[in-house]
Amino acid sequence: MSPETATANNHRAANDAAPPFIAIRHVGKTFTTLRGDQINALVDIDCAIGEGNFITIVGPSGCGKSTLLRILAGLIPITTGRVEIGGDAVTGPRRDIGMVFQSSILLPWRTVLDNVMLPAEILGIPKAQARERALSLLSMVRLEGFENKYPQELSGGMQQRASIARALLHDPKILLMDEPFGALDAMTREQMNLELQRIWQKSGKTVVLVTHSISEAVFLGDRVLVMTPRPGRLETVIPVKIARPRGLDGMATPEFGGITHEIRRLLKQEGTIE
Amino acid sequence: MADVSKLSSTTTAPAPLSRWKMRLIRRPEIVLSPILLVTVLGLWEGGVRFFDVPSYMLPRVSTIIYGLYQGFAISIFSRGGYWLNGAVTLAEVLLGFVIGSAIGLVLGIFISQIRLLDATLRPYIVAFQCLPKVAIAPIIVMWFGYDITSKVVMVTMLCFFPLLVNCMVGFRSVDTDRIELLRSLSATPSQIFWKVKFPSALPFIFAGLDIAAVFAIVGAIVGEFVGAQLGLGVQILSMNAQMDTAGSFSVCIVLAVMGLVLNYSIRAVQRRVLFWAPSEAIQQPINV
Repeated sequence: MSPETATANNHRAANDAAPPFIAIRHVGKTFTTLRGDQINALVDIDCAIGEGNFITIVGPSGCGKSTLLRILAGLIPITTGRVEIGGDAVTGPRRDIGMVFQSSILLPWRTVLDNVMLPAEILGIPKAQARERALSLLSMVRLEGFENKYPQELSGGMQQRASIARALLHDPKILLMDEPFGALDAMTREQMNLELQRIWQKSGKTVVLVTHSISEAVFLGDRVLVMTPRPGRLETVIPVKIARPRGLDGMATPEFGGITHEIRRLLKQEGTIE
Repeated sequence: MADVSKLSSTTTAPAPLSRWKMRLIRRPEIVLSPILLVTVLGLWEGGVRFFDVPSYMLPRVSTIIYGLYQGFAISIFSRGGYWLNGAVTLAEVLLGFVIGSAIGLVLGIFISQIRLLDATLRPYIVAFQCLPKVAIAPIIVMWFGYDITSKVVMVTMLCFFPLLVNCMVGFRSVDTDRIELLRSLSATPSQIFWKVKFPSALPFIFAGLDIAAVFAIVGAIVGEFVGAQLGLGVQILSMNAQMDTAGSFSVCIVLAVMGLVLNYSIRAVQRRVLFWAPSEAIQQPINV
């Protein structure tokens, strides 16, 4: 369970000597329920994420994967340990993070363009500049022509693409995604996985994506963090050495099957999958 | 639409149906509703004539309409006419509605932003909601006198609660995901309020305004019943005392029109502001 220093297939060479871009050091999180009970959501999570990496976190419900993501986003404080991004301890929400949630959370009273420009208003980015960037992001997520539509007029997949554009508006270094495609049907989901890979390769962001789909985790990740519940622990980190860009056909290869099988076996061992 | 015209043209005339006829086929209620009204009024008129019902029990429709005409035909400054009394009642309604809604809105927002305040006050607000507020009309008239003030206070009080309660519910039911999204962008509390919380609560606030508009007229009339010198409520009382039932009915028509116009104005604003929200109203049960 030691943090891996060199990552195979990283599209940027990892430097062994430098401190990792995102360092998660012995992080623990304990919630207290209203009745006063203590619940260990996360226990001793320790890993490092290199800049430009695509990391996926997979595990069953209740393993604390979403909690870990919210900790990285600075939305909830940790109980023990330390999280560092670019050498600074994370104490609250940061400007260099963009978040994508399970639902697109587009505001229904704003057009798609105004939704994508929301971070600019919060962070005080000049409007003209934000508008230009928003339009180019919308074309990157293949939503050109939908700028002046309202979110309700878009399909679920389009809404989620708009929310990805919004997360990238302020050009964050890190994209945190919390089961972003969980609410989509299987076909749309596969298309979105391809899209996301393309967007990631184009933008060069560091992506941390939480999912409960093993195949999604393997398809997208440079490394897959496998987590197990009760209490939430980092079971193991599995490198995925499949060349990019990966296609959907790649899912049928023995290599892909071997990795997904390995993850399934690990989770089964822990009694979390029947 | 194309299918409908095709079907009808093969069975009836070869010429295409006019737009007017198309509308009729799609929405027959636009004709049926007026027919129903005319039928009911006709039966009323005929029944009263046929059974020779005394007019103080149930006046003829024609008498009520004549009463309406008389009420408006009189000088606008006459104490017996609908112009002056209507203006007084309308003033009470509008003043009370604006003041009551504004106080309810501001207090509702304030209370709902402070969790402790919300929790502390909630039982009393719930308790007060169960009190029929018109019951304290006599006390209000005693405190504020027989002129317009007591009626404005009455309307204010009735309009205050729907706004307060709907505000509190509205702000409590803001989607937490929206707030978390803004928090992840390191938004300030005031940015979270204006960009997410307030717009999210708007459908509830408008539902509160809808209710308040209805309550406003109830409050003004009850206030006038209890004690006033002018107003449509006063006129109903004096007409009743003179067994002028047709007159009372005609005042009720004036009140209904007033209510309709008020309600329609609010809906018109609502349609512009809340174009994005599903149209079904969010209603909270609130006691008059």
